[in-house]
Amino acid sequence: MNKYTERIYNGIWKENPIFVQMLGLCPTLAVTTSAINGLGMGLSTTAVLVAANFLISILRNVIPGRVRLPGEIVVVASLVTVVDMLLEGFVPSIYSALGIYIPLIVVNCIILGRAESFAMKNKPLISAFDGIGMGLGFTIALMLIGAFRELLGAGTIFGAQVLPSSFQPISIFILAPGAFFVLSILTALQNKLKAPSATNGAAQKKGQITGCSGDCLHCAGHDQVKAE
Amino acid sequence: MKELLIIAISSALVSNVVLSQFLGICSFVGVSKKVETAAGMGGAVVFVITIASIVASVIYRFVLDPLGLDYLKTIVFILVIAALVQIVEMFLKKCMVSLYNALGVFLPLITTNCAVLGVALNNVQYGYTFVESVVNGVGTAIGYTISIVLLAGIRERIEGNDIPESFQGSPIVLVTAGLMAIAFFGFSGLL
Repeated sequence: MNKYTERIYNGIWKENPIFVQMLGLCPTLAVTTSAINGLGMGLSTTAVLVAANFLISILRNVIPGRVRLPGEIVVVASLVTVVDMLLEGFVPSIYSALGIYIPLIVVNCIILGRAESFAMKNKPLISAFDGIGMGLGFTIALMLIGAFRELLGAGTIFGAQVLPSSFQPISIFILAPGAFFVLSILTALQNKLKAPSATNGAAQKKGQITGCSGDCLHCAGHDQVKAE
Repeated sequence: MKELLIIAISSALVSNVVLSQFLGICSFVGVSKKVETAAGMGGAVVFVITIASIVASVIYRFVLDPLGLDYLKTIVFILVIAALVQIVEMFLKKCMVSLYNALGVFLPLITTNCAVLGVALNNVQYGYTFVESVVNGVGTAIGYTISIVLLAGIRERIEGNDIPESFQGSPIVLVTAGLMAIAFFGFSGLL
């Protein structure tokens, strides 16, 4: 496996942003009401991630160290605006379904995390591949969670009827509480199987895989420990 | 007046920022181990969201909208919020030391809290006037504080309970949040 395919494998499997690093929980919970919404959000984020990694890697020697974060944020926010306009113009159905969560891609920790931890230290091409891998990992995870919730909550996948009509849909799964339940079961399974995940400590030891030391939960909790 | 009340109730309870819009989940789960720290975070969020919705609303109404620069709002808002948090932090450190000591550690965390940007964008999307934006901002922040303090209270209670091993840590917190979200559904009858 050469270093480019290794980045893609790494993003999809080894350091999957959702299943392993537990990054970007807001969109994970909010837009996974159906598989198609998950796919749309995943692909939008992937587009931003690839372009942001590529551009920031090109600019990494130009941006002065002291304004590094604001510089990165401007690049990411511009790209998000472009994606926002493209979606509005070409796929209005996805645009209206995702709504405010498209501009909120700016504050998704995966993007700034990869910019900080990878694009700032590596060449443009490999950074773009890192973006593709992380983006695909994010897309696959969102699509799987979306498909699961759609199947239980509406009996369909991608809008196609899968379960027999005698199945009474458990509509709570496509409502807000269902998102929390699905994520809690996912993290409980990871705990049970001792799979490497930011929520059970295995990934925390590896540390420094992203800008905010691996995951938001830990990052926010870490400051709390210092505060007490 | 009636509209303002409806906006306040709907932003604080009915479409609660954390439990139904999923904004600010990171800090919601991360900083809710103790009631005091949760209340501190809630206070900081009320403070920042109120100021941010005032500033963002002024910038949008007097600069971006008249000049037809609507499409720049994401970039402008995120930069304004990041700068604002820095300024607020410096100001508090200099002039209101006791408040700074109370909120200090939470302020930097708020920059990356999507709730702040979410409120600013929601205000534009719903076409709120200046006063409505501020009410929506304060309501949202109070809704955040209510839910994080409640969650912290519940977490303190369940800490000593016999939780199945695989559910310890974040899974049980998420289950709790899910049950709270069901409870908050009850508020939709208010409007």
